[in-house]
Amino acid sequence: MNFDLSQERVMLQDSLRRFLRDRHSPQMQNAAQYPPGYDAGLWSGLAELGVFAALFSEKDGGFGGLGADIAVVFEELGRAGVTAPVTETCILGGGLLSRLGDSNQKELITGIMEGSCQIALAHAEPDGRYDLSFVSARAVPQSDGIVLNGQKSVVVNAQAADFLIISAREDGAADASEGISLFLVPSGADGIVMRDFALVGGGRAAEISIENLLVSEAARLGPAGAAFPVLEEVTAAAITATCAATLGAMISAADLTRDYLATRKQFGRPIGSFQALAHRMADMMIALEQARSAVILAAGHLEASRDVRELHASAAKNLIGRTGRLIAEESIQMHGGIGMTAEYGLGHLARQIVMADHRFGDTDHHLERFIALTAA
Amino acid sequence: MDLNYSEHEENFRSEVRGFLAAELDPALAENVRLGKQLSKQDHEGWHAKLNARGWLAPNWPEEHGGAAWDAVRRHIFEEECALAHAPRVVPFGLSMLGPVLQKFGSPEQQAFWLPRILSGEDWWCQGYSEPGAGSDLASLRTTAERDGDRYIVNGQKTWTTLGQHANMIFCLVRTDRSAKQQEGISFLLIDMNSPGVEVRPIVLLDGSAEVNEVWFRDVGVPVENLVGEENKGWTCAKFLLTHERTNIAGVGFSKAGLEAVKRIARHSRSGGRPLSENPHFAARVAQAEIDLMAMATTSLRIVSRAAAGQAPGVESSMLKVQGTIIRQEINDLARRAAGVYAMPFGSEALDGSNSGLPDPVDAGPVAAQYFNNRKLSIFGGSNEIQRQIIAKSLEGPGQ
Ligand SMILES: Cc1cc2nc3c(=O)[nH]c(=O)nc-3n(C[C@H](O)[C@H](O)[C@H](O)COP(=O)(O)OP(=O)(O)OC[C@H]3O[C@@H](n4cnc5c(N)ncnc54)[C@H](O)[C@@H]3O)c2cc1C
Repeated sequence: MNFDLSQERVMLQDSLRRFLRDRHSPQMQNAAQYPPGYDAGLWSGLAELGVFAALFSEKDGGFGGLGADIAVVFEELGRAGVTAPVTETCILGGGLLSRLGDSNQKELITGIMEGSCQIALAHAEPDGRYDLSFVSARAVPQSDGIVLNGQKSVVVNAQAADFLIISAREDGAADASEGISLFLVPSGADGIVMRDFALVGGGRAAEISIENLLVSEAARLGPAGAAFPVLEEVTAAAITATCAATLGAMISAADLTRDYLATRKQFGRPIGSFQALAHRMADMMIALEQARSAVILAAGHLEASRDVRELHASAAKNLIGRTGRLIAEESIQMHGGIGMTAEYGLGHLARQIVMADHRFGDTDHHLERFIALTAA
Repeated sequence: MDLNYSEHEENFRSEVRGFLAAELDPALAENVRLGKQLSKQDHEGWHAKLNARGWLAPNWPEEHGGAAWDAVRRHIFEEECALAHAPRVVPFGLSMLGPVLQKFGSPEQQAFWLPRILSGEDWWCQGYSEPGAGSDLASLRTTAERDGDRYIVNGQKTWTTLGQHANMIFCLVRTDRSAKQQEGISFLLIDMNSPGVEVRPIVLLDGSAEVNEVWFRDVGVPVENLVGEENKGWTCAKFLLTHERTNIAGVGFSKAGLEAVKRIARHSRSGGRPLSENPHFAARVAQAEIDLMAMATTSLRIVSRAAAGQAPGVESSMLKVQGTIIRQEINDLARRAAGVYAMPFGSEALDGSNSGLPDPVDAGPVAAQYFNNRKLSIFGGSNEIQRQIIAKSLEGPGQ
């Protein structure tokens, strides 16, 4: 076994860390609450640096695309508190295009890597909670194409996206894994109504009503009714990305806390010298090592067979959910009042860490899923 | 032992319910339920209604216009108010300064200030903490120097809750710089409209604007505004803190919070069924409910042991720690229950509400509340400091 990063990935990590240190800090993140939900200059900078290309394989024109690439890139983004829609555009959007797209559809990947194309996945629905196979939106063929109808909830990056990938059911019960299709649709198409809002963890999302949206057969991404296995696969990649980004934010929160314990004095001593805090800082560092390992396991098994991949994705999401909550809450607590302010960077990191639990299934959802996967 | 409420107590409960049904504006209650930040007028209007009924100061003795209720009645009252989503009573005048004035204030101070707290003429805020003096409150550096019949105050207070609404602030100030830390401190009442006072808002991580920095530059304060003896303010300060702590335990809030969690879980669907039927989630809720049931009784036991108008001693620290653990756990459950609908952020209008945001599970701004209530274990003396106080009381041989 070897836990070292390859030389290329070390270089990617270094250049990304330097780039983000120069032009980004968690303190700047309050701006991200407002449209378009991310810093456009930062976005093109990331593209120029090749960060997006690192998330695609060579056959798509990139130079990476494996779990380990995702882990490196997202940990750095998370450390700097970046709330740009990289998961939505590259991992979900790009991942689906790469796996299911025909040659026309795949052309978008070049735009994604260059930073000129944004994607959002409109999949989850109000009654589905975190159940990935729950799709009650309908796709009904008619003479001149396919008509889509349904509701999609909290679609991250919808407003900024050039294209939406919309899931809709062509067959089966609302929670059946068979019968789900995906459609690639320009986000401004007639029949798409968006209500856009800011997110607690940064960035923006929208509620989407799809009302008699007429699409052509050519809009379908992949074969009819068979999208679920691929949705599951890219969701595992998105979970890995989310876990790695959360790990990065946890590292930064722990760093801030460590520094603060050493410098803040009360009762004539650095507060870190009080054992009641020192031991909890130690517990945070232990939790952080566990979190690192969980991300390594998820990333390292992303290319494995379905069951192994999903098991590790769920394990990581559960463990990051628990350790993330611990580190966010303890970091705020040990900072005292200053940790509660919007101005100090910790608040933003803590929001990112905790709110990551609400994406792609929370701690409890993945615990139940882990039980089901290990019992199988 | 008798764990049942007496007939009198049950009658009292009905009386409180009747009052709430008649007097609490449903629109205001809805804003409380949804965790909106209330306006100054919202608070003042509610205080006025309670005051008209004689219920604004449950813990004050009758001679000062209080209701002088025992612990059980106070408990019933708090519980009913919380379940009806009544606004919380702003504590600074009523639960903090009031008891201090009753114990340490001169008859003139009592006669002047106490009625004004009840009538709402004065809105008080708490000037204890400073940038360098949080847990180590006694290291505070704001000074008050005697100059004829005035003190001249200089320095900075911070984290001043609702200071933007206040016209008066009670402050701990240093009146003797040569004395040992706790000994040179005095308790001073300062008019915030005096020249030299400046209030600046601090935005919290949930987007709310409830705390402030308050600056004092050569602010003149009449010597009559000194409470207790000069340089003996630390005694007042500590007395006030035990009242503040007992308050933060917030059993009523936890009960209302748990109801909200159950409501959200009924509206959220998981695997085609309400989340409330998910065994894993139900177990988490049950755990919190079991803790809260015991906590409510712990609180009643401890509070009824304290003499009328007094706060419990070291037990107030126990209530604060246990009460805030439960409140924060309930906030966490509400956040979880809302699923993806915890994510929308409503602070573009900075009113902390979810109005206009998608909320099919009827959750309100649960994530904002979760983050905002991290303060519970920090203020009023952090939970670490409370544990320190409890531990200290255990030193020496057991009994
Ligand atoms: C939302 C909010 C509202 C507030 N409202 C008011 C108000 O209206 N008026 C007012 O005067 N103050 C108010 N406060 C201030 C509050 O009382 C202080 O934040 C609190 O006393 C802690 O002080 P600090 O923030 O300086 O943290 P610090 O004292 O610097 O503490 C940082 C960390 O060190 C820990 N620590 C410190 N000393 C020890 C020790 N000896 N052993 C173990 N751990 C220790 C603390 O527990 C904490 O975890 C408010 C605070 C908040 C967050």
